[in-house]
Amino acid sequence: MAEQKGLGAHLGGHLRENGMLVALVAIVVLFSVLLQLQPQPVSFLKAQNITNIFLQNGHVIILALGMLLVIVAGHIDLSVGSVAAFTGAVAAWLTVNVGLPFYIVIPLTLVVGGLIGAAQGYWVAFWRIPSFIVTLAGMMVFRGATMWMLGGQNIGPFPKGFQALSNGFIPDLTGIGRPHGLTLIVIAIAIGLQLWLGLRARARDAEFGITPEPSGLFWARNLIIAAATAFVGWQLASFRGLPNVMVVLAVLTALYAFFTENTVTGRRIYALGGNEKAAKLSGIRTDRLVFLCFVNMGVLAALAGMIVTARLNSATPKAGTGFELDAIASVFIGGASMTGGSGKIVGVVIGALIMGVMNMGMSILGIGSDYQMMIKGLVLLVAVIFDVYNKNK
Amino acid sequence: MTALLEMRGIGKVFPGVRALDNVSLTVAPGEIHAICGENGAGKSTLMKVLSGVYPHGSYEGEIIYDGAPLACRNIRDSEARGIIIIHQELALVPLLSIAENLFLGNEVAQRGVINWALAFQKTGELLKKVGLDEAPTTKVEKLGVGKQQLIEIAKALAKDVRLLILDEPTAALQENDSQKLLDLMLELKAQGVTQIIISHKLNEISRVADRITVIRDGSTVSTMDKHEISEDRIIRDMVGRDMAHRYPERVPNPGEVLMEVKDWNVWHPEQLGRQVIKGAAFNVRKGEIVGIAGLMGSGRTELAMSLFGRSYGRDITGQVTMGGKPADTSTVAKAVEAGLAYVTEDRKVLGLVLEEPIVRNVTLANLPGVSRRGVLDKRRETEVAERYRKAMAIRTPGVQQKVVNLSGGNQQKVVLSKWLFTDPQVLILDEPTRGIDVGAKFEIYSIMNDLAAQGRGIVMISSEMPELLGMCDRIYVMNEGRIVGELSAEEASQERIMALIIKDNGQMAGEGEAA
Repeated sequence: MAEQKGLGAHLGGHLRENGMLVALVAIVVLFSVLLQLQPQPVSFLKAQNITNIFLQNGHVIILALGMLLVIVAGHIDLSVGSVAAFTGAVAAWLTVNVGLPFYIVIPLTLVVGGLIGAAQGYWVAFWRIPSFIVTLAGMMVFRGATMWMLGGQNIGPFPKGFQALSNGFIPDLTGIGRPHGLTLIVIAIAIGLQLWLGLRARARDAEFGITPEPSGLFWARNLIIAAATAFVGWQLASFRGLPNVMVVLAVLTALYAFFTENTVTGRRIYALGGNEKAAKLSGIRTDRLVFLCFVNMGVLAALAGMIVTARLNSATPKAGTGFELDAIASVFIGGASMTGGSGKIVGVVIGALIMGVMNMGMSILGIGSDYQMMIKGLVLLVAVIFDVYNKNK
Repeated sequence: MTALLEMRGIGKVFPGVRALDNVSLTVAPGEIHAICGENGAGKSTLMKVLSGVYPHGSYEGEIIYDGAPLACRNIRDSEARGIIIIHQELALVPLLSIAENLFLGNEVAQRGVINWALAFQKTGELLKKVGLDEAPTTKVEKLGVGKQQLIEIAKALAKDVRLLILDEPTAALQENDSQKLLDLMLELKAQGVTQIIISHKLNEISRVADRITVIRDGSTVSTMDKHEISEDRIIRDMVGRDMAHRYPERVPNPGEVLMEVKDWNVWHPEQLGRQVIKGAAFNVRKGEIVGIAGLMGSGRTELAMSLFGRSYGRDITGQVTMGGKPADTSTVAKAVEAGLAYVTEDRKVLGLVLEEPIVRNVTLANLPGVSRRGVLDKRRETEVAERYRKAMAIRTPGVQQKVVNLSGGNQQKVVLSKWLFTDPQVLILDEPTRGIDVGAKFEIYSIMNDLAAQGRGIVMISSEMPELLGMCDRIYVMNEGRIVGELSAEEASQERIMALIIKDNGQMAGEGEAA
């Protein structure tokens, strides 16, 4: 009886977090079934598709990580698509026209992104100009700057070094060849780490007197994740191995999850978004934190811009169009609050993956982009309605 | 002469609190009737009953207005009968013009289309009536508070007012603006508008009022005619109550001076040229509880917040010393560093991150205390929160509970915990027991006594005089941004505090007339 009540209460309290995962799994299963039912059955979960989901949506996840911080702080950044395009163009120009090697181009471009973020964050944080307006202006300014920089033409192609940022795979240091040995090792470590961290958090919850997750649920969730990771890992290993982008994504996700949950600065950003006045009266320099969120967003936008440019192997004036909407949608599908103060990195990544899986699945099914847009819009709306409904209940 | 308004046996109960208990009020046609009482005596509640903010049926007793029972369901009903209330906080839309504000919700329109020519013409007439020489198209934000107050009155006149209620109309006004407003009241009276004025300022009351009703603890104490009015009697009626044993025992043991503030001046952040704090000076000793008494708008919160990291006001000047050394309190972080803590009067808006758990609120002001090189030690954080949960007896299933789910008293304990974790030498507590039930109040008082016994200095700001008298070793009295007196625990009484305030108001009025 007590056990049952515990399970029900727990599911109620963590509906969102588990719901996201269930939704992702459900969408993957849905597309797998739909594609099997096609006249010419296709396997949705084949290695190439899995690789492509990450290659084609890596930039959205990266932007969403930064966007989460901006939204948690109670702001918004509409300029990230244009900034990604502009920084992509800068990187292309530095690589092709100036002829700098990738190990100089990449940090230099990140600095440019940071400066752009600082320029926008300055007005938002210290002059209290609404971020919607500042970044709407930035969206136009940097779109124009991209066109100006490229002179209406594309810049490309790039040398191998720069392309590897997006199209490369980790080298197989074990020399097994196929399946890709290092990929298998990395995946095994990742699964182990996931279980170890989960168990540690669980032990700590018990110690702090937090009602722990019922053990059945804990193991069920972790085994599903472990199985999924193992499956994805095996597929990747039997294809070309772990893409570089995925390594970057994994590292960034872990870094930002740690930053938001375990550092003083991360905690303060949540407090600022939850109640700015109270945060200020607690001695927190709220304006500086807002500024930092925008600088960070600029750096990540530059990274996303370079990854997209490298993937397309050219910088184009139209690159990055609509990226800001994908990133913002991922954050809200991932459960962040519109008023700031809440939202989790893991949720955001799952939110971005849901968007990515839908993009790919619908494309393979041959659904036109008209319907794709409509369906994605409705998914965003439903996810947020679900949140609000839960909160009011 | 039959009364225009008769309120009989009015009672009003809020969850857990009886705000009004058997209040009676009779207002004759064409008179100016003043209502006096301490903060929280029930004056505003009474006026909300009258104006329909609390609908008929949600209160006890009956109201006879103009010879017939009055049963308002909302403000529209009472306004339809000509009863208009002007609240202390002005309800104008700053970005709209005078004309638009005057007829807001009452537009001069036919089938939804506004007749601007007629509206402007009527605006001109109304402005003339209140003696304001402004174009109808002027935006309200361009006007000072005094003129805005006149716009409010013009707005009332636009609705064919018969009974005008003014809730502390001069609280935010400077002296000459106040005089103008009082003149206008007398003029309106001559035109036959009956008025009720709520005010603390006895000089103003004696100037315009025909009769005075004093309310205390939600009951009518007395009603007197103009010739009976005397300050002594009003003060006695306003405060005259016995003080019960509602405060925990404590043996005061003040040590050396911990904090000293000298010549503290603060200007209003928006209204240019308005000085909010004028040369304030006070000190707190080790182990001492010092009170700051004063009426609403006297500048107590502004004093505290300007001291605490200049969180209020501009062009702040003055000296603060902590433990004999000059202290830098120019930012909140520096003030905390210097050993100062400020518990706000509005804990929900300024004190807590409501959607976050207790543990995160407790450590918010001192995250470095639970982290190493910027990385949080969550085990230590939880231990800290648990420690305060036990020490303060915060009633909650656990420290992971969101503070929004806690009662007012427990929320206040969370705020206190947050500041104690910064280990302050001096705590400024702004209305620490506001909105807290009686039992929790006693707990908060006990915590305050413990803190004083630990050798910390406590500054307690409160609008409830009995609370100050029951708790404090010394009481400073503030009025109009100045500290107008200092009373030891032995000297202090509600009468003396009120007398200091009223004497100061009298002097101000005298200066105003001389100038």
